[in-house]
Order: sequence, then structure tokens, then C-alpha cells
Amino acid sequence: MKFKKIASVAIAALMSVMTFASCNGGEDTAGTIQIGVSGPFTGGAAIYGTAVKNGAEIAVEEINEKGGLQFSIRCEDDEHDAEKSVNAYNILKDWGMDILVGPTTTGPSIAVSSEANADNIFMLTPSGSSTDILGGFPNESGVVEIARKNNVFQMCFTDPNQGTASAEYIKENNIGTKIAVIYNSSDAYSTGIYTKFIAKADELGLDVVSETSFPSDDTTDFNVQLTEAKNAGADLIFLPIYYTPASLIMKQADSAGYEFKYFGVDGMDGILTLEGFDTSLAEGVMLLTPFVADADDADTRSFVEKYKAKTGGEIPNQFAADAYDAVYAVYEACVKAGITHEMSSSEMCEKLTAVFTDPTFVFSGLTGTDVTWSSTGEVSKPPKAMIIKDGAYSAM
Amino acid sequence: MTFLSYLISGISLGSVYAIIALGYTMVYGIAKMLNFAHGDVIMVGAYVSFVTTVNLGLHPIVSVVAAMLVCTILGIVIEKLAYRPLRNATSLAVLITAIGVSYFLQNTALLIWGSATKSYQSLITFEAIKLFDGQLVIRSEAIVTIVACIIIMTALTLFTSFSKMGKAMRAVSEDKGAALLMGINVNTTISVTFAIGSALAAVAGILLCSSYPALMPTTGSMPGIRAFTAAVFGGIGSIPGAMIGGILLGIIQIFSTAYISDQLADAIVFGILIIVLLVKPTGLLGKPIREKV
Repeated sequence: MKFKKIASVAIAALMSVMTFASCNGGEDTAGTIQIGVSGPFTGGAAIYGTAVKNGAEIAVEEINEKGGLQFSIRCEDDEHDAEKSVNAYNILKDWGMDILVGPTTTGPSIAVSSEANADNIFMLTPSGSSTDILGGFPNESGVVEIARKNNVFQMCFTDPNQGTASAEYIKENNIGTKIAVIYNSSDAYSTGIYTKFIAKADELGLDVVSETSFPSDDTTDFNVQLTEAKNAGADLIFLPIYYTPASLIMKQADSAGYEFKYFGVDGMDGILTLEGFDTSLAEGVMLLTPFVADADDADTRSFVEKYKAKTGGEIPNQFAADAYDAVYAVYEACVKAGITHEMSSSEMCEKLTAVFTDPTFVFSGLTGTDVTWSSTGEVSKPPKAMIIKDGAYSAM
Repeated sequence: MTFLSYLISGISLGSVYAIIALGYTMVYGIAKMLNFAHGDVIMVGAYVSFVTTVNLGLHPIVSVVAAMLVCTILGIVIEKLAYRPLRNATSLAVLITAIGVSYFLQNTALLIWGSATKSYQSLITFEAIKLFDGQLVIRSEAIVTIVACIIIMTALTLFTSFSKMGKAMRAVSEDKGAALLMGINVNTTISVTFAIGSALAAVAGILLCSSYPALMPTTGSMPGIRAFTAAVFGGIGSIPGAMIGGILLGIIQIFSTAYISDQLADAIVFGILIIVLLVKPTGLLGKPIREKV
């Protein structure tokens, strides 16, 4: 029995260590503005949350080195789950969070934005892209179901923006004559882009020959969707989905001997770093993304180097860059509004909201230059088109 | 021609379900328990195969053997540590333990291999077969999966019908107490059942990921649930039942995606399951249960 006792004590100790290991709130937060970050650090979407966490932490380190305003940061895991994200938000609030840079993914962002709105805590999500996070957008029948949450803003571009921009890009550059679309009907992100893409494609007179969907993130068989696209004579497939199903689609099309061109959106980012993936399958894939790690400007190069040093050689994706920019945007707005750490989170929220909606507040970062925010909470930055050549992104 | 190509896709998908379902059905038939960790053993098998081919650069056949070996040992260890102490406990306790083992395996995989998806490289390298001037393409993975399924099915049927261990298994499945009295080592028999089921899980994992190469710690859970459904559909405890259930499930899934609605495919699959169970509560090939008074 003694062994059992020792074992249970050891397990209890181990578990408490693991609990504390997840938070870095132990350090001194006096005299700092406390930034909360949340995102999935475990589970299927962990790649996004981890990228956001690393990006935000690098930005905070840089800002603190400058002297002047000091930030402290705490990151909480939400496992890409709406309920857990609210728990994470409450933990951050108990810690004394002043400003929220998060959550990372769309579902949790929708849940948390209502809380942040009710508590009057300023929220800038680095990568949650649905307009439901911001509120105030009419749905398909023109009714505004979710009222505008005034203190909520986005760092990435919105889903409708991506859908419309993709259709315009395909039309202008004449990339495909017969287009097939495969989207994820269980995902707000994917269906959001899909609906706007189709609407714009109709308007522009693009020939969409096949529209198919798949019903969950766990779907692995795309033979039916691909066969339908093939039979409809499609030459280009538009994929408003994340890179994991996209990699399956490319693999299955290849082993069935189908040849398509592919056009993706920002969720496609990550396909080249997918371990074991044969990047020749992604050759010629086009996508719209705000950030490319091999861009040649000094800021990007320095960020990529720091990110590699921090993570042991990983290359940052656009989620990391969006989080880095989000922290800097908050920093610049704090400076402009004259915010100090003595202010309450509610006071900061009022001032930051005023700055973000002020048209003279212009931000330049890794994911865009001369970026502004409108009172709807959307960011104005044009998506950049990239093509995969020889296993790397290059500008089109 | 499209119909034929869908049919082949369906049979190939169904064959994977069938191989997984065999693991569920054997364990249920003999130990009378639902081993919900079976789906996660599949995932472990696929990861072992990934590590041996991609990271260690070994030959595909070595990787298949390694995956089967690791899964066999894993299956025996799980049975010994988690299920054997509960042999006489209520079935609910065993069920909860199985779910616990499933989460344990998923999270251990998360710790070892991380959460980022890995793209499995198919071990099957020959070209797709093209028939009717390229109108009908049969993927090489589909051929191998279907052939593997037929071989496994035949071998397993022969094993349970004619070998000594197979007969012992059938005896244990019919009446554990009587089998014990007849001098059959029940513990060994159950261990062997888990070993075979887990080795099949490794093969299923490799075939699954060869066709659908997204490998993550939750890779096994959804196919596991579908295969469990297939086992119930065919009549849980029956080996041919698992086979028929699996293949039918695959075909229904592909056909309903193709011809009815890609959104309702799952609803249709599970709707048909409910209807079958209403008409034939023990599944298609299940043995009727005699009520003892």
C-alpha cells in the first residue's frame, strides 16, 4: 500500500507542476500593462495557438527591451473549444488582464468576444476571422443577429473579404475557366468564405461547375468530391479550408491521376511545413495570405530569426505574424492614447477603442503596411497572392 | 463508370472499417467488453510505421512488422494492466476504463509526437490501374486494402475454425466458466485475442493512413467509432458480420455522399443502422439471444 501512496503523491505533484507550467503569471506584473493571450496549445488546432503564443511573446520581449511602456503576458490554453475558451478568459481576468490579444480561432473568439464586450475589456483577435466575432454584420437575409461589439477588433482579414478577394483574383488573372469548390460545411470559417466567393463569382461571371462539401473536420475521403469535379470538367479547385484536408485532397487527386490547379486561402498556410508531406503535390498551389516567411524585408527577417531561435528552428506562419502585429498594434495604440499601467481595464478599453476607430491611427507591421481599422472592427489590408514554387512561397 | 468508381471507393473505405471492426468484434465476442481504445491502437500503429519509414528510413515491410509488433505488445499490456483486474467488475466499469485508456493513448501520442498533423507517406508505391481508356481509375491503395481485407478475413476464419487456439477462443466466447472447467486457459486465450486484434489494428492503421494520409493523435478515434458501428451493424461477436458490416457501411457512406447529400451522409449511415437494429436487434449476422429464465 505504501507504494500506492507514494505513487499518488508523485502523480499529484506532477499534475500540479503541469498546471503551473502552463502559465507564466508567476513573474512580477507590477508596473506593467497585462496582456492576456488565449488559443489552442494542445489538441488538433494546436499549431495555430502555439504560433500565436510564440509570436505574441516575441513582440512583448521586444517592446519591453525598448524601455518605456512595459507589458507582461500570460497565455492560456483553450483547446479550440468555445466553453474552455471562456474558462481561459476568466482565468486571465482573475490574473488581472488589462487587454486581450486573442483568442486564436474563430469559434472561441465568437464566445469570448461577448464576454469581453460585457466586461468592457479591449479585445484584438490576431486570427479569428468570422464577422460574428465583431458583430453588427447582416446575415444572408439581411438581419443583424449579433449586435456590434464595440470594443472588439480583428488583426486578420475577415472571411467575406477573403472570399470576395479570391473570386476577384481568379477573374482578373484568368487562372481558371471552370471552377470547382470543396468546402467544410461544419466550419464557420470555411462556409463564410464559400458563400461570399460564390456570390462574387456569380457577379463576375466566373463559371463554377461543381460545389461540394464535406461534413466534419474528421472527413478523410474526398474521392466523391474529386470525381464530381473531374466529371464537371473543372480545371481549378478553390479550397476555402485548412491545410490538413487540403493535403488529403491533393494526395487523393494525385493517386487517382487527376490533375487540377488549386487556389487556397489563409488556412492553406502550413501545408509546406506539414511533416512528411510530399511538397511536389502542392507545386503551383496559389493562395492568399498576409505574410510570407521568406519575404526579404528586414523586419520579417529579424522576426523569422527570433522565432526560429525561440522554437528550435520552426518557420513562423501567418498566425505568428498576426499575433506579433496585434501586440505591436496594441502597443502603438497605447502610446498614442497615453495609456499607463495605473488605469483600469475599462478606462484602457475606452481609450483604445477610440484610437482604433480613429482614421489617423495607421499601423505598419509584418502582415501589411498602412493598416487601418474601421468602426466595424475590420482591418483594411489587402491579401497578397502567393504561389508555391519549388517547395517555397513566392509572390505572384 | 462513375458508379463503378464510387463502388470501388466504397469497398476500399469499407475494407478498412472491416479490418478495424474485426478487432472490436473479436474482443467483444470473447471478453464480452467494448474495447474503445481499439481506435487509438490504430493510431499508434500508424505513428510507429511513420517513425520507422520517415524518421529512421527503414524498408516498408520492416515498418509494417514493427508496427504490428508494437501494437501486439501494447494490446497485451493494456489487457493485462487495465482490463484483467476488472474481469469480474460491472460492464460499466470496464467501459469507462476503456474510454480512459483511449484518452491515455491519445494524450501520450500528443506528448511524444506533438499535435501538428503529419503527412503519412503511403507504403504502396505502384501506379493506379486505368481501365476503359482512363475513364475508370482504380487507386493502388484501394487494391491493396481490398486484397488485405480478403486475406485477413479468410485467415481469421480458418484460424478460429480449425486451430486449437481458435477453438479455445470459440469455447471461451460461448461459456467462460465451462471452458475453464474443460482445461482451457482463459487468461491466455483472452491475451491472444487482444494480441491478434491489436496486430490487425496496426495493419488497419497503415492501410487507413496510406489512403488518407493525415496522421494526428485523434486519427484513430472517428474511424474507430465508425468501425464499431460496422461491427454492431453486422452483428457484434460475428467475424463475417464485421466484414459485411464494414463494407456495407463504406459503400453506404460513399453513395450517400455522392447521390443524396454530402452533408447528410453521416445521418444516413446512422439512420440505416437504427433501422437495421429495430428490425434485427442483434445485427445482420448476430446470434439471437436466448433469455434465460
